[in-house]
Amino acid sequence: MSRSKTPSTFHARVTVMPRRAVLDPQGRAIHQALKRLGFKQVEEVRAGKSFDLTLTAAGAEAAAAAVEEMCRRLLANPVIEDFAVELVDGAGDGRS
Amino acid sequence: MRCGIVVFPGSNCDHDVYHVLKHVLGQEAMFLWHDATDLKDCELIVLPGGFAYGDYLRAGAMAARSRIMSAVARHAERGGLVLGICNGFQVLLEAGLLPGAMRPNRGLRFLCQDVYLRLERHDLPFTHAYRDVRVARMPIAHAEGCYVASDEELDRLEAGGQVVLRYGDAGGGRGDDDPAVNPNGSARAIAGIVNRQGNVLGMMPHPERCAEAVLGNEDGLPLFRGLTEEHGRTAR
Repeated sequence: MSRSKTPSTFHARVTVMPRRAVLDPQGRAIHQALKRLGFKQVEEVRAGKSFDLTLTAAGAEAAAAAVEEMCRRLLANPVIEDFAVELVDGAGDGRS
Repeated sequence: MRCGIVVFPGSNCDHDVYHVLKHVLGQEAMFLWHDATDLKDCELIVLPGGFAYGDYLRAGAMAARSRIMSAVARHAERGGLVLGICNGFQVLLEAGLLPGAMRPNRGLRFLCQDVYLRLERHDLPFTHAYRDVRVARMPIAHAEGCYVASDEELDRLEAGGQVVLRYGDAGGGRGDDDPAVNPNGSARAIAGIVNRQGNVLGMMPHPERCAEAVLGNEDGLPLFRGLTEEHGRTAR
């Protein structure tokens, strides 16, 4: 375990989903297809995107903050989409 | 008039716009590469249709963050004319130069067809040459043309007279919920909007594809003629 301030590697998963209020024709089409396959129990499908990022940061907080900024500036469109950031292994890769 | 047509990797209507401006209207036209920082003193900037950067992420998202867009934003701020057609409209939305966003067409299909447009305003550089024409027919060709914005934003656009083009029927009537009239399902059947200052217009239909008699439709020509004739005019 390293206690130094050298940046370490983080993996983040970003999930971008269309806002609830926004029509999601793709999700609706997938829902219809699932029903045709016999999955009648499905009540709703929403289709979004996910991104896996590998980045270096001084710590987990800095990594999360940087990815959230990336979401606001590019990965999500705040007019129609919400995003969530999850650090997949927040302790880094253990090698640095 | 000096006209600059921005070329992003994946633009494919750039030459059509160039042809209309240069050969049909006899204007000075040039291409501006997306990586450039200088608009070469062009008075009119056109963001053409196509699939900039493959439309990866969201239509227009990458193009909106390309280098030339900072210069386009400054040009717009100074009152310079900017016209975004189809993918160009999507770029203007992603760049925040116009409000709202585009979603996939309601029916999920790529739509390639003629539409009728209600001209809601005739006092803009983009529309004044239409004079007493109330309805224009133009082609659309897009997969993500369903315009969305919050209800408050839509109300603001309507109140401010920023809705310039609306999908309508051949007689100029409304049919916002009718897929035959509003094929992509846009909110309030919006096909084109202008910024508050009146110098930045985004539209989904393609006026450059119907600006010559040989094409069988000239309904798009007054838009370009109006821009190049009245370029000195101050927007409201």
